[in-house]
Amino acid sequence: MTVLPLLMILAVLAAAGFVLGRQRALALAGGEPRTLHSLPAYYGWYTAIMAFVPAFIALIVWLLIQPFYVERAALPHLPTSVQQDDTARQLAMTDVRRIAAGLDAAAAQGKLTESQIAAMDAPTPELDAALKDVRVALVSSATAEGLAGAKAYRSSLATVSVVRTVVIGLIALGGLAWALKVIAPDFWARNRVEKVVLRLLMLASLIAILTTVGIIWSLLSESFNFFSQYPIGDFFFGLTWNPKFGGGSELGFIPLFWGTIYITIIALLVAVPLGLFAAIYLAEYASKRTRAWVKPMIEVIAGIPTVVYGLFALITVGPFLRDFFAAPMGFGNSAASVMTAGIVIGLLNIPFISSLSDDIINAVPQSLRDGAFGLGSTKSETIRQVVLPAALPGIAGAILMGASRAIGETMIVVMGAGAAAKLSLNPFEAMTTMTVKIVGQLTGDTDFNSPETLVAFALGMTLFVITLLLNVMAVWIVRKYREQYE
Amino acid sequence: MSDISANTPGAGPTAGGPNAGGPNAGGKPKVSILGQSARMKARNRTESVFKVLGLTAILFSLAILALMIFTIFRDGTSAFFQTRMSVPVTLSAEVLDPAGNRNRDEMTKQTTMTYNKVINEAFLAALAAKGIKTDDVPAKELTDMISKGAAGELRADVLADPSLIGQTIDIALVAGGRIDGYMKGRVTRASAERDTNVTMGQLDVADRMKEAGMLSTSWNWDFLTNTDSSDTRPETAGVGVAILGSAYMMFLVLIMCVPVGVAASIYLEEFAPKNRWTDLIEVNIANLAAVPSIVYGILGLAIFINVLGGQMGVEALKMSASLVGALVLSLQTLPTIIIATRAAIRAVPPSIRDAALGIGASKMQTVFHHVLPLAMPGILTGTILGLASALGETAPLLLIGMVAFVANYPAAPWDGGFSDPATALPVQVYSWASRSDPAFIERSNGAIIVLLVFLLIMNVTAIILRRRFERRW
Repeated sequence: MTVLPLLMILAVLAAAGFVLGRQRALALAGGEPRTLHSLPAYYGWYTAIMAFVPAFIALIVWLLIQPFYVERAALPHLPTSVQQDDTARQLAMTDVRRIAAGLDAAAAQGKLTESQIAAMDAPTPELDAALKDVRVALVSSATAEGLAGAKAYRSSLATVSVVRTVVIGLIALGGLAWALKVIAPDFWARNRVEKVVLRLLMLASLIAILTTVGIIWSLLSESFNFFSQYPIGDFFFGLTWNPKFGGGSELGFIPLFWGTIYITIIALLVAVPLGLFAAIYLAEYASKRTRAWVKPMIEVIAGIPTVVYGLFALITVGPFLRDFFAAPMGFGNSAASVMTAGIVIGLLNIPFISSLSDDIINAVPQSLRDGAFGLGSTKSETIRQVVLPAALPGIAGAILMGASRAIGETMIVVMGAGAAAKLSLNPFEAMTTMTVKIVGQLTGDTDFNSPETLVAFALGMTLFVITLLLNVMAVWIVRKYREQYE
Repeated sequence: MSDISANTPGAGPTAGGPNAGGPNAGGKPKVSILGQSARMKARNRTESVFKVLGLTAILFSLAILALMIFTIFRDGTSAFFQTRMSVPVTLSAEVLDPAGNRNRDEMTKQTTMTYNKVINEAFLAALAAKGIKTDDVPAKELTDMISKGAAGELRADVLADPSLIGQTIDIALVAGGRIDGYMKGRVTRASAERDTNVTMGQLDVADRMKEAGMLSTSWNWDFLTNTDSSDTRPETAGVGVAILGSAYMMFLVLIMCVPVGVAASIYLEEFAPKNRWTDLIEVNIANLAAVPSIVYGILGLAIFINVLGGQMGVEALKMSASLVGALVLSLQTLPTIIIATRAAIRAVPPSIRDAALGIGASKMQTVFHHVLPLAMPGILTGTILGLASALGETAPLLLIGMVAFVANYPAAPWDGGFSDPATALPVQVYSWASRSDPAFIERSNGAIIVLLVFLLIMNVTAIILRRRFERRW
């Protein structure tokens, strides 16, 4: 029995537990709910939880341990050389699993009978045909050892899943029975149930931590792999990016970093003035009605998926810049360029900068403005000499966050910046960034043992650290230099 | 403007003040206080320039947005229309069902090659019947005007309804990508000259066919239901798999991410003690919201596909599976949903909690019976907006293989469809945009229109919910 029906059985048992627990509590109370400590439904919930939760936890533990056990059954059938080598064993095991899955599928579809499978000692043409029929892709066609391993794997799995169903079912029934036994009118069912719910809530908030741990672990472990194959100094200080499949790659980080920084600078040059002026106008000049209309419209810019901006860069902005600026001015002939990607990322970042700055400008107390007006300054003088200086830490924070977003932006640079890693000052030349290369090295056929693939994890790690630092710095600046009014 | 700003604060108040005799004393004493001094005029000019700059920034941003949407609709609307040629085709039994027993299994032996021949003959016959001049164009070029996907469509129709065999039916054959583009105005004679995939003769024939009423452009449902197609036939490519893949992922994100996000928010907002540990969680969530999306893709590849799917052997987690995509998007959307939900919970006034606690509810009952229902509209709005941003996410999905060519629909969810290879709308946009044939740019824009329509629906729903249920305390 597979896991899904087992879970359904557990759910049914839990539902039955709810009904039974509630009935039992009412029966013990002699049909008088007021003599119970908790509302009757809580006794039901308690029984349901006792039926489901211990069994469910046991199932998870079981599923974590099971692969090791089942694979041990298949292992003796593999050649000894494979058994001793870790990598070879894992590969062989993947094959075994695949053949086993193919046999399962073939048996389920009636292409092979169980007795046919049992009688098979070496791969036969009919086996190959059956596997092909159910679309099992084999790296190498099935070997005799693989087949024997798969058969052992299947029989072990079958035994294990029968045992699993029985054990888990017994745990669930035991929990249910125990709950029914302890239920009594003065049993504090509500407190027990609430304790479990609180644990669940706590568990949910841990997922955020687990995500971070997962990110850091996945980046670190593969980066570590990479640096064991490629010198760390050559990566961080190398001036050439030239991956070659087949060895001898030069994987220097500097050209990618330069491309990223150059594009980010251009993006900020576009986004900061436009975003800031838009925010100033909205916060200080616009009437309430205008503001109510314009602010959401500017935010629409941020709501459009980045791939749409990527296409805009690719077919509109890029050719426009090439035909009207780069080509006439002799800066080159490439539609994909630092300028294209930078400008489009800048446009995308306008609403981000403007809404953050808007909030910050609005947080500057009106008394400061009134003071400046009282001294006779005009509105723009007030803004430039009183409001903006007061809002400066916040605005600096917003700009740093904007920079972090521009550095991490992927689709626009993939479609608009080009793929050539270059160290050049010409903004109309195609250059590339860290994110482009992460996508480039990790899409398509990847081999997780070659530095050309693993370098993507080192790039990801660097990207993660840079964006994290920028964000932490933004928060720090805002906290440190914020003026405390009142 | 900056030279004025530099000395105004000191000089400003004194300019019109009672002791104006100071710096200006040597000048003209007869300045009327009703008129503006030269300096005041300059200051006012700066003022209006400043205001205009603000307005310009807004108008410029909105104009670019409008331009972008305009180019999308200009280039993409035509994807919803398709040029077809009406041709009477005789489905002769000798060719298509040589056994003569209308047995579906035996008929599948006739490949698209056979149907291609049938179509080509019918097309040439129809041209001759309509009296369209074709003597200047070789027959091969004529039959190349038909899409390479047309034979497959006809075969599917015949296999679905074998009784068609033996009849002569009018079929709207899909025209090839270049002819389609020519009818829609995307391909011009000038651009065709540089294109090896189309000849002037074909365009001449297309013009004549149009005059004879054989060629027409009509609404194209196939764009919404077809699967992706190979590089040589952009005219049959559709977003069907992408829509289904996106729908699968949104469904999974909804059922995985929302309960966890709401539960985490309730804990952090209502139960968590104020200590280092919860501080850590808070900082963590804020930082996760700022992690570049591609990093989540790396996480998905390394943990869900390599470790769980590969080394641990969990078979549901495969490259290109919508389940993996949904897991990645869930992790990415979680901080957004937590932040929105916490804001909604915080907006419920403490008096509600006090009242519930006061009449004897437990803390848990207070939260689940009173706080949560009152915070629900805010939670829903935040959830929809979170889902909308997940729907448009592309980069992480590229890394987990959703950019691969998917020719078949994933199975239904109860048949394990969540782990079948699928693609997503934004990924489809990207993969079409990166193909060399410009006809795919039209498809790419068309896919964007579909995506934007979905996003619009979600955002409008969120706004309506907010307007309808928003409470001011």
